[in-house]
Amino acid sequence: MLRNSPPGDADIGTLEGRATNLRRHMLTMARGQGAGYIGQGLGIADTLAALYFHELRYDPSDVTWAERDRFLLSTGHYSIALWAALAEAGILPVNELSTYGADDSRLEMSTLDTTPGVELIGGSLGHGLGQAVGQALGLRLQKSVARVFVELSDGEMQEGSTWEAAMSASHFKLDGLVALVDCNGIQADGPVVLDMEPVADKWRAFGWDVSEIDGNDMNAIVGALMLARSQNGKPTAIILRTLPGKGVARIEASEKAHFFRVDVKEWDGIIADFEQSVGAKQ
Amino acid sequence: MSAPARTLAMGQDEAVAGGRPSVEAPFGRALAKLGQTRPDIVGLTADLGKYTDIHPFRDAFPDRFFNVGMAEQNLVAVAAGLARTGLVPFATTYGVFATRRAFDFVAIACAHSNLNVKIIAGLPGLTTGYGGTHQAIEDLALMRMIPGLTIIDPCDATEIEAATAAIADHQGPVYMRLLRGGVPVVLDPSYTFEIGKAVTLRDGKDVGIVSTGLMTERALDAADILAKRGVAVAVLHVPTIKPFDVEAVASFCAGVDHVLTAENHVVVGGLGSLVVETLFDSGVGKKVTRVGLPDRYIECGSVPTLQARYGITTEAIVAKIGALQ
Ligand SMILES: Cc1ncc(C[n+]2csc(CCOP(=O)(O)OP(=O)(O)O)c2C)c(N)n1
Ligand SMILES: [Mg+2]
Repeated sequence: MLRNSPPGDADIGTLEGRATNLRRHMLTMARGQGAGYIGQGLGIADTLAALYFHELRYDPSDVTWAERDRFLLSTGHYSIALWAALAEAGILPVNELSTYGADDSRLEMSTLDTTPGVELIGGSLGHGLGQAVGQALGLRLQKSVARVFVELSDGEMQEGSTWEAAMSASHFKLDGLVALVDCNGIQADGPVVLDMEPVADKWRAFGWDVSEIDGNDMNAIVGALMLARSQNGKPTAIILRTLPGKGVARIEASEKAHFFRVDVKEWDGIIADFEQSVGAKQ
Repeated sequence: MSAPARTLAMGQDEAVAGGRPSVEAPFGRALAKLGQTRPDIVGLTADLGKYTDIHPFRDAFPDRFFNVGMAEQNLVAVAAGLARTGLVPFATTYGVFATRRAFDFVAIACAHSNLNVKIIAGLPGLTTGYGGTHQAIEDLALMRMIPGLTIIDPCDATEIEAATAAIADHQGPVYMRLLRGGVPVVLDPSYTFEIGKAVTLRDGKDVGIVSTGLMTERALDAADILAKRGVAVAVLHVPTIKPFDVEAVASFCAGVDHVLTAENHVVVGGLGSLVVETLFDSGVGKKVTRVGLPDRYIECGSVPTLQARYGITTEAIVAKIGALQ
């Protein structure tokens, strides 16, 4: 089965439902381990729902299908979000999710490309964009219509390698390349320690088409992905302004959002609150 | 099914103390203390201040602390620039990023000009469950190849404090491995650290363990276990990997029946290789058994599980020595 080939009209309500499912999966994972990069995962959930259930062309029964669109998660510690998406897409079994971060689990806290559906090793940050450029060049050279989508974090914009890659992407006119830049405002030492603004202007100056949107607004995400399909000789950067912990009040309010750890009892409360808020919306 | 084991996360104590008392953030405390009398000391990190124990210095001297963001090449380049103005920068990140990512900057911007830059490298060897991207299993081998770079792999909180002061006084570039969080106290209070000097911590004739870093604690524990079985195990602790204490290592090894090396690092290119080279060069004909990590990338998992799986525990040393008898 080839999904979304080519992407049709988006049903926003359905996509939002997928995003809720991703959040539910992530809470299951974090509860199993008592901890995880759940703040980041919840923040990027809407984007992954839009990608995996609307924009990307792929075959869940064959993750090696040569014509698949690539999704590269550069920020390896966002793995929790990718495992949720791959499970929701039927690539990984849902009942494996509770092993997140456990010994010998395929669902590592930081991605390795030995797990099906993972296109690069992400933990050494700043690798994603350059490898995406290489994949986009390779696919174009081989006359493939497959596109390359790469997520990177605001922290990763501090690595020089990101800008080396950004320069080469516009130089090579890679209009099949889309960077999804998650500006969640945090990094390891807390709120972003180095001012990255104006982010959109930086990408524009490097020769990219840029959309800057609320990364937790499904309409906006789908709209920006639509614009990115234009074949005008320029790569596209979508600047996602996201809220860490989005959709789970207690995690949204947490200060320790880079790495979130609470005991199992508290997870049960967090999950109950989440289900209640989801139910209230329906 | 039992609950899955936990992966120890960033920010946790990953030194895995063997029941000994511990000191919180010994590096950061020592640096903050030095900062009071040394206005030339400055601190830097690349978005890992919280995770490399430099926060006590940052809090005490915010004007002398620079967080350059997640940019390790720039971290080392900026440190080199600060050193050229007469300051003594201490720059922290994880070992993998200081070596693999910033290698050229360490070699050329710092070491080639013998600049006074001190690189403090967290998560040495196998002290994190985040997989190959975070495990600095080959950092000693890489850094050994840089001319003029001093390399320290301290074994406990006492030594970290002493070494921090010693490298601040030393003129020239230094790479020091960091044990962070609650770091065990292994050495006696009377211990004195000197750059380039190995120290015999225990005498014995049957087996001599040459160890560095956190493996020294395990070597001492193994020696205790083996003493009860009637095996006399000597321990030579080698905190300085470069310059290497050739004389001490050669004479220690000459005095024991079997030589075993123990390092939190791959068994090629690090301490084991250095000991073999030293013995060959010195004409000491001893077979050397190496305890350390295999020449491969290591998966994700909890630290105790992985350390046991890849053979850098006290038990692994005891087993290897048992097999010698
Ligand atoms: C090259 C590299 N340097 C440092 C780290 C350590 N580290 C892990 S996450 C992180 C923060 C990076 O910022 P961001 O991805 O924006 O963090 P988040 O939003 O998840 O808090 C850092 C410095 C790393 N994994 N890779
Ligand atoms: Mg961030």
